Amino acid sequence: MNEDIKSFTISIYTENNIGLLNRISAIFQRRHINIESLTTSQSEIDGVNRFVIVVNMTETNANKIVKQIEKQVETIRAYYHTEEETIFTESCMFKIKSDLLFNEPQIQNIIKDSNTTIVTVNKEFFVLEKSGRRNEIESLRRDLNAFGIMQFVRSGRIAVTKEEMKITELLTEFNNQ
Amino acid sequence: MKTQAANKKEMTDKTLRITGSEAIVRSLMAEGVDILYGYPGGAIMPVYDELFKFQDQIHHVLTRHEQGAAHAAQGYARISGKVGVAMATSGPGATNLITGIADAQIDSTPLVCITGQVFSHLLGSDAFQETDIVGISTPVTKWNCQVTKAEDIPAAIAKAFYIARSGRPGPVLVDITKDAQVTEFDFNYKKCEGVRSYNPIPKTSQDAVNAAAALINNAKKPMIVWGQGVILGEAEAELKEVIEKAGIPAAWTILGASALSTSHPLNIGMVGMHGNYAPNKLTNECDVLIAIGMRFDDRVTGRLDAYAKQAKIIHFDIDPAEIDKNVKTDVAVLGNSKESLAMLVEALNENSHESWLQEFKDLYAIEFDKVIKGDLHPTKEGLTMGEVLKQINIETEGNAAIVSDVGQHQMIACRYADFNVTKSNITSGGLGTMGFALPAAIGAKMAAPEREVVAIIGDGGYQMNIQELGTIFQQKAAVKIVVLNNEFLGMVRQWQQLFFDKRYASTEMTNPNFVAIAEGYYIKARKVTKREELAEAVKEMIQSKESYFLEVCVEKEDNVFPMIPSGASVSDVRLS
Ligand SMILES: Cc1ncc(C[n+]2csc(CCOP(=O)(O)OP(=O)(O)O)c2C)c(N)n1
Repeated sequence: MNEDIKSFTISIYTENNIGLLNRISAIFQRRHINIESLTTSQSEIDGVNRFVIVVNMTETNANKIVKQIEKQVETIRAYYHTEEETIFTESCMFKIKSDLLFNEPQIQNIIKDSNTTIVTVNKEFFVLEKSGRRNEIESLRRDLNAFGIMQFVRSGRIAVTKEEMKITELLTEFNNQ
Repeated sequence: MKTQAANKKEMTDKTLRITGSEAIVRSLMAEGVDILYGYPGGAIMPVYDELFKFQDQIHHVLTRHEQGAAHAAQGYARISGKVGVAMATSGPGATNLITGIADAQIDSTPLVCITGQVFSHLLGSDAFQETDIVGISTPVTKWNCQVTKAEDIPAAIAKAFYIARSGRPGPVLVDITKDAQVTEFDFNYKKCEGVRSYNPIPKTSQDAVNAAAALINNAKKPMIVWGQGVILGEAEAELKEVIEKAGIPAAWTILGASALSTSHPLNIGMVGMHGNYAPNKLTNECDVLIAIGMRFDDRVTGRLDAYAKQAKIIHFDIDPAEIDKNVKTDVAVLGNSKESLAMLVEALNENSHESWLQEFKDLYAIEFDKVIKGDLHPTKEGLTMGEVLKQINIETEGNAAIVSDVGQHQMIACRYADFNVTKSNITSGGLGTMGFALPAAIGAKMAAPEREVVAIIGDGGYQMNIQELGTIFQQKAAVKIVVLNNEFLGMVRQWQQLFFDKRYASTEMTNPNFVAIAEGYYIKARKVTKREELAEAVKEMIQSKESYFLEVCVEKEDNVFPMIPSGASVSDVRLS
């Protein structure tokens, strides 16, 4: 029974708690599951945090891990979704020498064609920012790499699910228990 | 001096302006704590100063090591069902608690551990005796937190007790900085009644119960395996009703032991690596396996892909994360065992399975012949661990609480002890912590002074927390201590014999004069080397009103059977 390893997006709604990140990452660590990316932010509900974690694993394990995450006292709810069930994006930034912008006209075409935003330009460098799928970001990086990149950084994935989350309902239910 | 009741009233009537450390002690008292175990040090001294003032209302037991405090708190919790409390200073005091906390986590024991911490302005600076105990304890606690402000103390402690005892119980740790302990604030205690993100008891679905009952009602060869969930849910009576109404042979995991009397005709014994022959073998013959409050530990299941593959699996548990974790279930029934089993009883048909039960009896007869007879009625010269247990059964009439350590003697104790009273098998199951029994027995005895508490310990594990003899002496805790001395780390030696060609690497022990050591602590002590002395010595021990130490020199190279070799299937359980 060799189950396929797939990419899953795990979404976790939590109380805002200092130690929780530790607890959650330990659950992955114990099973030797590499976290591809992890993002945490405010969610749609005031005072409730949302983690978005991308991991590669079997669905059986995703199911077990989500239950172990949900078991943590400060977790409100955890879900896993496949790529098809989410809408997701990543963003990235490039810092590049300014003279290239003027000396290499190619760069301006790359920026235009890829829908990349120029965040700032000064005498020494300019900064680009782009959001999109991983392959778009990767191809942009390859294109720009030919000219030399001073700094590159890419964020983790953020994702919303197609399915409704109903966290507010859940919280009222908890409150009324 | 005020009475506890007067104090409680005073607390609820008005707020008091007190220090954080007094608030800690008052919070504990508000939670009904009358005994706690611990060890003082710099970062927790203000709390000890308050414990001194309140000593007529709350009894602090000074153990001889913080590990002893944690295990004593566990023993207290396991025999009483109440939350055990342990306290330690920062740094080494706190880290010394960790083994006990990890043990409580894996065995679902409710503990509240309170640790002192350095002043909050020193946090993160590698201050004297600073350790990140919240970070260290995170993977082994149900919940933990650090408090840096006095006014946050009552709510943190209230939440700690609520989380420790609710749902599937577990250990929690509250780390309190010294500045929070010494600051004054307006104290007011409110018990915690819920945590928004935490749902301790999932609702039991009537549909799930009906589905389970339908499978059971149609089963020809049903078998129950219950675990500690029955004891933690106080569902012993409901379990018995289920078993009797549907006539189902029922086996137990180590931590489930004593929930149903060992003499009950449908009690078919223990499952697992050193469990009984019949329930292990017939796990792979039953048509419906009903798991109740147990978690399919690998020591229970053996090789998973050869475990009960023929059976429909029904799993009753309070913890959704246990469902399908190790064994895929056909019907999962979530919820508190007391409620879910009561619902199950209603939906079951009266039934009996005589010929199926006979299969268990037939296999028992084989096990008796090959193993039990030699263990309990030996004809060879050397003493067996089993015959010591038999004598203890006789003298205590199966009413003692047995606190066992880890190793061969533990398996023998769990296999052969008679249990007529629930919450009577106190042992380190999931973690297998040597050194558990001596301190745990202290906690158990102090929680239930009316009960006979007998610790069964190997010569190895005894020396891991032997310092707790000091606690026994100082507290006058009438614990009966039996050391089964085989001059080996017996269980490891057994594996070396069976799987490492008898290469006894570092398992032979040159032991001290145990009797002299016990006597050094002014504990009555006796050593038995011959069978003729055994019965009388056990009798003397049980009749003693005070603590008593009994060393029994047993056969050095006996093995514990049955045994499922690691990685083998339950069907391959060996008798020799
Ligand atoms: C703290 C700890 N260290 C090591 C072990 C591994 N271990 C399991 S059983 C055992 C031998 C126990 O020997 P003893 O206490 O003499 O009991 P016996 O098996 O001889 O009855 C050991 C070393 C353990 N369970 N716990």
